[in-house]
Amino acid sequence: MKSTLLAGALLAFATATSVHAQAIKLADVAELSGGGATVGTNWKNGIDLAIEEINAKGGVLGRKLEVTHADSQSNPGVARAQVQKALDAEPYVLLGPGYSGSVKVTAPLAAEAGIAQIMGGEAAELTQAGNKFLFRTSFGQQSSMPKVAKYIHDEMKAKTVAVVWVNNDFGRGGRDVVVKELDRLGSKVVADLSTEAGQADFAADVGKIKAANPDAVFVYLNEEESARILKELKRQGVTAPLMGETTLIGQKVIELAGDAANGARGHVGLTTDAPVDLIKAFREKFSKKYNYVPDHNGLKGYLAVYMVKATTEKMGKVDPKKFADTLHGLTIKAADEPGILMDVTFSDTGDIDRQSFLVEVVEGKQVVKQVLPKVK
Amino acid sequence: MSNLFDLLVAGLATGAIYALVAVGFTLLWQTSQTINFAQGEFVMLPAFLMLAAMHAGAPFWLAIILGILLSMILLGLAFKMLLVDPMMRHGVLPLAIATMALAIGIKEAVKQFFSAEASPFPSIVPTGDISILGHAVSLQSIGVLVVAILAVLGLTTLLNRTSLGHQMQAAAQNPTVARIIGVPVERMILLTFLINAFLVALASLLITPIYLAKFSSGEVLGQAAFIAAIVGGFNQVRGAIAGGLLIGVLDNLAAAYVSTQYRAAVPMIFLIAVILFRPQGLLGRAEERTV
Repeated sequence: MKSTLLAGALLAFATATSVHAQAIKLADVAELSGGGATVGTNWKNGIDLAIEEINAKGGVLGRKLEVTHADSQSNPGVARAQVQKALDAEPYVLLGPGYSGSVKVTAPLAAEAGIAQIMGGEAAELTQAGNKFLFRTSFGQQSSMPKVAKYIHDEMKAKTVAVVWVNNDFGRGGRDVVVKELDRLGSKVVADLSTEAGQADFAADVGKIKAANPDAVFVYLNEEESARILKELKRQGVTAPLMGETTLIGQKVIELAGDAANGARGHVGLTTDAPVDLIKAFREKFSKKYNYVPDHNGLKGYLAVYMVKATTEKMGKVDPKKFADTLHGLTIKAADEPGILMDVTFSDTGDIDRQSFLVEVVEGKQVVKQVLPKVK
Repeated sequence: MSNLFDLLVAGLATGAIYALVAVGFTLLWQTSQTINFAQGEFVMLPAFLMLAAMHAGAPFWLAIILGILLSMILLGLAFKMLLVDPMMRHGVLPLAIATMALAIGIKEAVKQFFSAEASPFPSIVPTGDISILGHAVSLQSIGVLVVAILAVLGLTTLLNRTSLGHQMQAAAQNPTVARIIGVPVERMILLTFLINAFLVALASLLITPIYLAKFSSGEVLGQAAFIAAIVGGFNQVRGAIAGGLLIGVLDNLAAAYVSTQYRAAVPMIFLIAVILFRPQGLLGRAEERTV
């Protein structure tokens, strides 16, 4: 009897070990606490949803996906340590972080290990340093900011603009590109204000904007700070139209800012309000599972995993060393891989090309005003 | 300089919150030689208690009452009995370290049980502006300022004009003599803790609609209030009030007229200058020490 039990236990152990060995291991390092908690939580939930779906349908090439989540605490130093720890476990692909500053300090580690890193950072410089292992899930600022500047100049007819940005890699990168583009188009920057990540009081900054009396205000801060400055802009009665990027008109910002978000406009690479059937379906699944409407970071986390699936199936094998080579120049069509949500092409630098949207917040909801086509 | 008035009002409103929190530092220091490094988290927690009550179905006004009462029990009574009293026997330093641990514990607990993400919080003051001297001033700033001033006036009246206040001051200044003349010192110290808990709950109610409810929001607030208390004078309530208002205004003026990029550095530089030239704080009392 004892020997039968022992044999059974050994068999169960062997089976479990075998299944475990067959799983494809992904490592995620994200902003699960700190200033970027909204970013990281949405990103993580998007990843978990995609993995659950893929595994329910048999996995990738017959193998299940497994992910470990680590918290960067929205701190580049912690992110670097967490990525190093994650890479020591030899994952197939590294997912995250979402903050550009954290991506900047972790990208060399992943590149050194020869592991592809699919991340959420948007700073222009990230993919311009020649790193062949770094891939975006969203537009880089070099793609999005020219569209933003053009909209401010052509559609808002703004001759003078106030630019408010968060003083980190993300904010500086966006500010540099948008200021250059506005200058090229002939719109004058009359106030150029840097703010701090985690800043609570924007009274002085908004006071400066009021004093500059611009035709439009470009706001480029993280989500929570975006909500705070929207409230302060409303409080101080700034009536100039507000333009931003995804972080100004995200779902969480609308929830936090309330009425103050109404009228804000922004260019978004991804939004759950996009008039795209697959995105609508994603929104429904996500909301059902997590009981809230995700922001663009939920979409980014979700399609990051489907990037892994589509690329691996294209290769026909699980090969971490060849993953990056395969993803460069790859076009993934939503008709072939619905999880990718929209047709997408990855450049040789790891940048992304796909449709994008111009959004306005109307009565507490994102309303897509224009759909912008793929660049190429 | 056209927006100087707006900056002053906004700075005073923020400074009034710092003052409320800073007063707590001085009260606890005077009565029990306690430096509470969890004071910022004490301001963060009541907002979440109120949110929890609202999520459970309580209307806002009831949530406020429940939040304040729970704060007084948890952050006043329980804090004194479960942490300060047992740790005090081991000296001020272990107690200060224990309050640092408490700050981490409160933050992590809120993150775990509520969310790591920020949540909106309703305001007791309606939105909108009123015109003062030709300037549109937000009702929220005025409301915050007025409530904070009333709270501080109430506290100073209690301390200086009532028998209870005199007993509290006696207990703070010389507990041994106070006991001899019949002052219930322990009860007075407990009352101080309860008052501190009430003030932080009030600060939480006023500041959270602006700062948003977030587990980490106490960090900035605690630091600013601590600086305010030192700048004003750690052993004087009036010093804490002046320090709070000064730091609030200084922060806004520095951001507007010096540099938004280095605004966080300005209060620190001011703090260093005060410590160098007037270590007891601007309105503080120099204390002699027997060696």
